[in-house]
Amino acid sequence: MTETLVSYSLLAVYSAMAIYTFAFIMFTIDLARRSAPAPVALKAPPVAVGKGGTALLDRLTTDAPADAAPKGPRFLRVAMGLTVIAWLLHVSAAVLRGLAAGRVPWANMFEFTLTATAIIVGVFLAVQFWQDLRFLGAFIIGFALIALGIGTTNFYVDVVPLPPALQSYWLVIHVFVASLGTGFFAIGAAISITQLLQARREGGARSPKFLATLPTAEKLEVLAYRVIVVGFVFWTFTLIAGAIWAEHAWGRYWGWDTKEVWTFIIWVIFAGYIHARATRGWRGSRSAVLAIVGFCAVVFNFTIVNLFFKGLHAYSGL
Amino acid sequence: MADLSRPSDHFDSDQPVVQPRLGFVGYLRFFWRQLTSMRTALFLLLLLAIAAIPGSLVPQVSSDPNGVVQYKLEYPDLSKVLDFLQVFTTYSSVWFSAIYLLLFVSLIGCVIPRTKHHLVALLAKPPKTPARLERLAGFTSETSDADAATAVETARDVLRKQGYRVEQYGDSVSAERGYLRETGNLVFHTALIGVLVTVGIGGGFGYTGQKVVVEGKSFVNTLGGYDSFNPGRFFTEAALQPFSLHLDKFTAVYEDKNFNAYGQAIDYTASVTTALRGAAPEKQQIKVNSPLEIGGTQVYLLGNGYAPVLTIRDPDGNIVWSQPTPFLPQDAKLTSLGVIKIPDGLSEQLGMIGFLYPTTIPLQSGALASSHPDLLDPTVTLEVYTGDLGLDDGVARNAYNLDLTNLTQIAGRKAESPTIELGLGDRVDLPGGIGSIELTAIPRFASLDIHHDPSQVWVLVFAILVLGGLLTSLFIPRRRVWVKVVPVKGGGIRLEYAGLARGEDPNLAAAVTEIAQKHADQLSLRLKP
Ligand code: HEM
Repeated sequence: MTETLVSYSLLAVYSAMAIYTFAFIMFTIDLARRSAPAPVALKAPPVAVGKGGTALLDRLTTDAPADAAPKGPRFLRVAMGLTVIAWLLHVSAAVLRGLAAGRVPWANMFEFTLTATAIIVGVFLAVQFWQDLRFLGAFIIGFALIALGIGTTNFYVDVVPLPPALQSYWLVIHVFVASLGTGFFAIGAAISITQLLQARREGGARSPKFLATLPTAEKLEVLAYRVIVVGFVFWTFTLIAGAIWAEHAWGRYWGWDTKEVWTFIIWVIFAGYIHARATRGWRGSRSAVLAIVGFCAVVFNFTIVNLFFKGLHAYSGL
Repeated sequence: MADLSRPSDHFDSDQPVVQPRLGFVGYLRFFWRQLTSMRTALFLLLLLAIAAIPGSLVPQVSSDPNGVVQYKLEYPDLSKVLDFLQVFTTYSSVWFSAIYLLLFVSLIGCVIPRTKHHLVALLAKPPKTPARLERLAGFTSETSDADAATAVETARDVLRKQGYRVEQYGDSVSAERGYLRETGNLVFHTALIGVLVTVGIGGGFGYTGQKVVVEGKSFVNTLGGYDSFNPGRFFTEAALQPFSLHLDKFTAVYEDKNFNAYGQAIDYTASVTTALRGAAPEKQQIKVNSPLEIGGTQVYLLGNGYAPVLTIRDPDGNIVWSQPTPFLPQDAKLTSLGVIKIPDGLSEQLGMIGFLYPTTIPLQSGALASSHPDLLDPTVTLEVYTGDLGLDDGVARNAYNLDLTNLTQIAGRKAESPTIELGLGDRVDLPGGIGSIELTAIPRFASLDIHHDPSQVWVLVFAILVLGGLLTSLFIPRRRVWVKVVPVKGGGIRLEYAGLARGEDPNLAAAVTEIAQKHADQLSLRLKP
């Protein structure tokens, strides 16, 4: 029974990856075609610069969706459709894996990769209801594909029961919320990268033409901030929940274990990011760099720290 | 737009950076202002993140003392430099402490004036309506047939219902809401100080200690009862709750169905009988994720293994030694290593290095190994030494280490007699007719961590305040809204609406529009009859 479920789960992941690949191609074609003379009028919202009032107010008065066309171009629609299908398969893969193991599907690195990428793509899909951020598709789906590729080939392990230290409901809460936070940080980083490119273009540098169809650097910065603070709240919770769990399992709530150190570093970087945005001279590109550094630290924490650093969190299963 | 509650270099404050007046006090003030500025806070935060990195690259004395020893053996020269820089104790090092203490001084210097200012703001009325609203956010203008007094009255109602604090200035209403945003921010920062203080100072009143308890044996919570003990800075013996704990049984469950995980531990349970002084004994269980709570003290199950009972008799058959010796697990199959020292009772001092294989399998080389952590077919092998154990010079010795300097092997790879191998219940003679040895029993041991930290709940309380403050300050918008009634030449009035964000407030324009809409609806309701 377990074997069957595991193989269905794998089948679902591989199918999801195949479809994500097509979605990725479509997202990329969409970006490329945006460089061609835009078929739909997609003007960046006008920004009244100077003329009294502060930048803050101007930004807020132009808080309309940048993408005026309700559905967007064809390739983008196809890409989103494919992403939704792939994501449903991806989620089923995680669920099947959980059923096979008889527990939550995030107890080793393979499972965590599987589930966390599903959550990241899920967050990407969910934020579309709030803001049109489909232009991030190539980045997010590309990231998910690379992660899934490495996860299935390098991290794969068979279903094994939980060691006593992991038998706790905190495994469910702590890890799930950490993944949610990661999802928001990923999207925040994607927006921040776009923001940096956009700022270069606005500064007069020669840039890919699709940037002209995206929101202004300033608007991107606000979007990134709003996504990242949600991630930050989740991360703060992860940190606290982790400390509570560590107290239960290891007898101390904080011991500067390598994983604890990195979770702390990431938290401090994003606290720095939030401060940077409120500090004169740090708004704009500098704070965007911090957001990207923060996300890199998240990825580092999951890959390098798990695999090569010694510590109590030795649950990669490898 | 200047927001005096914020540091002078906060992005939305318009205060010019003041040049310091010269003189000692001037410099002090200048320095203080620098330290409590947003820029310094940011710098220190980023510095803190960077400073935390080395401690994750190099083993730490606090979390991995053996790792430190090994590291020093491996890189002796580098270690000297690292030692000098206190990298092995990064998180209590001078430089790391300096960074976070400066950060917190900066934090306090920042929070206090802001709290004062916020208290004033909480009591103050919303500010006067600006002369011109057109340039403000969400500016909306509509005409109406209502009279000015009704329009103002209705505006007050609408705004108050939405949680605004309102004030009338002539024919206009000024309203503000979201004071909780700043409150949340202050709670957040203050609670951070709370966490630091409770961890740093509160933690000093507690202690942690370790004890290995063998099945059938007891632990009593006194200083002498511990194998190792780490008191906090302000610890006194009165903090030791008088309780005892008897390990009745230790049960380990191993996976036996899933072939991929065959022999993997899936459950550890220590069944204990505890007694707090003056109370009746109680039967309880300790598991890895559920510590035992007794008298404000937590007992954690952190490890386990076997403690073979070896019985040693002198040539006349008198028992010289018979007690369990905890053997340290070396791998997942619980191959375990132990050291036994018998200074008295035999003609010579006796030392033994033993290996336990819970489920014995012979390797091709002839050596033994264990194939399962459970006691399916146990063997204990012993290399035996005689001579001077070196226990008499008063220097503390590691119980798990045998000092071979003055010892001669009498059984083992380097001696004439081979290594002694014992199954459960086996008894063999020691070489040289000095006596005999028997493997009497193999009980399990549990290694327990015992903690007492009275400040722990306070850390949690502050952590929850941190989270609560964060949520309020990030997601509650602080905004001002104005409604102004302007008489129009030739009768009727014009209504003007506008808002001002104070901090991040992306929905301001929409909120103003909504207020304008509500106001218009209410007005037309009032006009109808
Ligand atoms: C332990 C160090 C600190 C940490 C971890 C930290 C963290 C944060 C976080 C997470 C926020 C955003 C959430 C909120 O507004 O409550 C924030 C905001 C803020 N912090 Fe700090 N902070 C620290 C020290 C300081 C210091 C020293 C100052 C003063 C110089 C300061 C001034 C501010 C201000 C003014 C804001 C509001 C920013 C805005 O308007 O968006 N913080 N801080």
